[in-house]
Amino acid sequence: MTSCYKRAIPHCAGLRVLVTSCYKAAVALVLALVVIVGAGCAGGGEESPSEVVLVTHDSFVVSDAVKKAFELESGLKLRILQAGDAGEVVTKALLTAGNPQGDVLFGVDNTLLSRALDGDVFEPYESAALEDVAPRYVLDQEHRVTPIDHGEVCLNYDKAWFAKRGVDPPRTLEEVTLPRYRDLLVVENPATSTPGLAFMLATIARYGHLWQGYWRKLRANGVLVVDGWEEAYTVRFSGAAGSSGTRPIVVSYASSPPAEVIFREPRPSTAPTGVVEDSCFRQIELAGVLRGARNEEGARQLIDFMLSKRFQEDIPLAMFVFPVNRDAELPPEFVKYAVVPENPLELAPEEIEANRDDWLREWTNVVVR
Amino acid sequence: MSRGQTPGHVPGSDPSRLWRAVSYGVPLAFLALFFVYPLASILERGLRADGSFASPLDVLTDPLTRDVVWFTFWQALASTALTFAVGLPAAYVLGRFAFPGRSLVRALVIVPFVLPTVVVALAFLAILPPELERGWAAILVAHAFFNVAVVVLIVSTFWASLDRRVSEAAATLGAGPWRSFREITLPLLAPTLAAAGAIVFLFSFTSFGIVLILGGPAYSTIEAEIYNQAVRIFDLRAAAILSFVQLLCVGLAVWITLTLEARAGASRALRSERDVLRKPSTARERGVVIGSLGVLALFLGLPLAVLVERSLSVGGGYGLDAYRALSRPTSALLATPWEAVWNSIVYAAAATVIAVVIGGLAAFAVAGSKGPRALDVLLMLPLGASAVMLGFGFVIAFDSAPIDFRAAPWIVPVVQALVAIPFVVRIVAPTLRAIDERQREAATVLGASPGRVRREIDLPIVGRALTVAAGFAFAISLGEFGATVFLARPDNPTLPVAIIRFLSRPGEPNAAQAYALAVVLMGVTTVSILVVGRLRLRRSGWF
Repeated sequence: MTSCYKRAIPHCAGLRVLVTSCYKAAVALVLALVVIVGAGCAGGGEESPSEVVLVTHDSFVVSDAVKKAFELESGLKLRILQAGDAGEVVTKALLTAGNPQGDVLFGVDNTLLSRALDGDVFEPYESAALEDVAPRYVLDQEHRVTPIDHGEVCLNYDKAWFAKRGVDPPRTLEEVTLPRYRDLLVVENPATSTPGLAFMLATIARYGHLWQGYWRKLRANGVLVVDGWEEAYTVRFSGAAGSSGTRPIVVSYASSPPAEVIFREPRPSTAPTGVVEDSCFRQIELAGVLRGARNEEGARQLIDFMLSKRFQEDIPLAMFVFPVNRDAELPPEFVKYAVVPENPLELAPEEIEANRDDWLREWTNVVVR
Repeated sequence: MSRGQTPGHVPGSDPSRLWRAVSYGVPLAFLALFFVYPLASILERGLRADGSFASPLDVLTDPLTRDVVWFTFWQALASTALTFAVGLPAAYVLGRFAFPGRSLVRALVIVPFVLPTVVVALAFLAILPPELERGWAAILVAHAFFNVAVVVLIVSTFWASLDRRVSEAAATLGAGPWRSFREITLPLLAPTLAAAGAIVFLFSFTSFGIVLILGGPAYSTIEAEIYNQAVRIFDLRAAAILSFVQLLCVGLAVWITLTLEARAGASRALRSERDVLRKPSTARERGVVIGSLGVLALFLGLPLAVLVERSLSVGGGYGLDAYRALSRPTSALLATPWEAVWNSIVYAAAATVIAVVIGGLAAFAVAGSKGPRALDVLLMLPLGASAVMLGFGFVIAFDSAPIDFRAAPWIVPVVQALVAIPFVVRIVAPTLRAIDERQREAATVLGASPGRVRREIDLPIVGRALTVAAGFAFAISLGEFGATVFLARPDNPTLPVAIIRFLSRPGEPNAAQAYALAVVLMGVTTVSILVVGRLRLRRSGWF
């Protein structure tokens, strides 16, 4: 093996380095694995934890200043683990129930709540800060989960499109099935998209066992079903800035109109898109202390902090949803351009969990097949 | 030392035995720990869902399963055929001719391969005619767009090492170009065609984002169905059974192609590229070069141009605003977008080193055997196994000391390497097999040790293939393939992650920034591949 070193042949010099580094790298890799495994053994972590780990979905955002404020206040480092969309996060929490990846889970919503509670992933904790939260957001009386924000999935429409044609935009869910709105609506597939699922649930909350009839009418009226929000809103919807879409009605959020204002230069005086208030379905996002958390005390502090004014007032512009703390002030853009529906449609989490698979199957039969 | 015997079968000599142990043992240990163990954990958990193993017949006989398996199979086969149709002419041109910008073409062709699915799908929606934009045709075109690099690069690399004189001799003897191609070139290329075909087939077989977006709600693959069962319905049992079905199909396809690859791999005197490539001399040859590359440029360039156009659009006009915004902190990420670029490069470099070392060793191990052995098939399976199930496998398999790796940052490059290793093996092994045994024997007769034969005969010829493989490994890692998407990770976002975050926020500047980052990803990829190519040239100076 050493002969090549002694009698160096010019053209093979570089490759000799490659070969020897191949051997070395292989050995180093094995050694590294051993060291890592050893380190895992040694670092059991008996000392009091100096960090708190928040497991959440990919859409979670917090301002740097707010994160630092928590770390200063609590003396704990806040580590954020992002684990896919809300469904993936909950699935992972179920798989690791009792031996979780972090201390707090944020991002379970009312469509997934029952599944998470049935899987026994949370430890009850009743935060004192809940007194600032309206009772309608508290979904679990045992306080295994704590509401943090709410957002409404609603039909959005392109104001300019309707104004140009002298047609009134739809005011109700029912009106969308009228012939004058033929081929104007784009929705997301409820089997693959969160807003898509919320809109399907909105129709079930409104029409009860007659909901399939509503979708038959939508189908006859030319509804377009796409895979996800990105395609529906940024490609198909005519009202998004820069879009060449042709459909002026889309399933999106109550917070989409302020987003259309905030991200436009110059800012328009009124929101270019509107919300069909009658169609809104409420999603509540909740957080909970994970059962088996390494830092349970820190987890509670984090939940208290997430309900504090500081964090709650950060929510709208970071994640485009609304705070649940009634003292939290909305940013001016939200006050001016956002509509918070008075009485959005809702369904009990248990009812959603018990029927979701059947509903999705029936929806597919009615709308796709 | 073992005179007259070939390096692969040298008994008795200690360095050789050590080499064999390392070349088999390290890849096997790596796969056992980071692939078999997590996947087996989650499958076992799924099948034991209700406390006992029940018959899987209910899932297997469901007509929906049958439809999905059938569609998955035929779309993968058709996608592979289309990818070859688009890629082979360019592979021919790159494998036979030297021309200015050749290495740039080779670097550019890999760009689509790294782009996030949803970005490409949205670009396709912008250019496909309305009657084609939804359904199986759109799926096939998109798969060909993503995977054409696999065919072009793998096949052209091998082609460029085939001695020109063989087909020239055939021509002298009166064989027409078609006959010469069919009877001389095609059999010589067979192993590398099988290797490229296997990879494209597996990528198309397990595709799911493209199928859901471009197919519309009526189309689904096994992988999409596994995701649906595991995440949306939380029926782990059905997901596990479907994963087995997928593994079985993939294993079978791999077995067939590997048998083809190994059978066809007869010894040939491989040449270095410099001796093989020559300038296109006749007008007809120039026409072929320009025509083949032109078609490819149009096919790949149109969707990419859409991405560039979108990255430049600002409020009805055009500008560089989205690019300027990349260095600013943003509310979409906990870092600036540039930090995401840097994270991507670091992860990709680490994954490339792991993949080249382990895949390189494995290539030596499998090239020594004639047919597909268990190790060879196992090496390919990470390409075809369900990414979502593997991701969940990591979460439950590495959950307690001493192996609590669930959120360790280094697990990301390790998982990326899992997908990259098959590329390294499939690119390097056919070349190794094709090395003329007589060259090795001559060296051995002259007193070279087996180790020295490997260094001085095998590696110089394999060097070219290794750099191509390293380039793919880097690209795979940049593109965040496979199970990494399903790992929980601390918030040091990579480029594809950052792109998706921007894309999922309303407002034009966010979309523009997503596309700007996609363009940056294209640039990083091109430059990386060019750099990897340069490294080789400078260090060995051989080709």
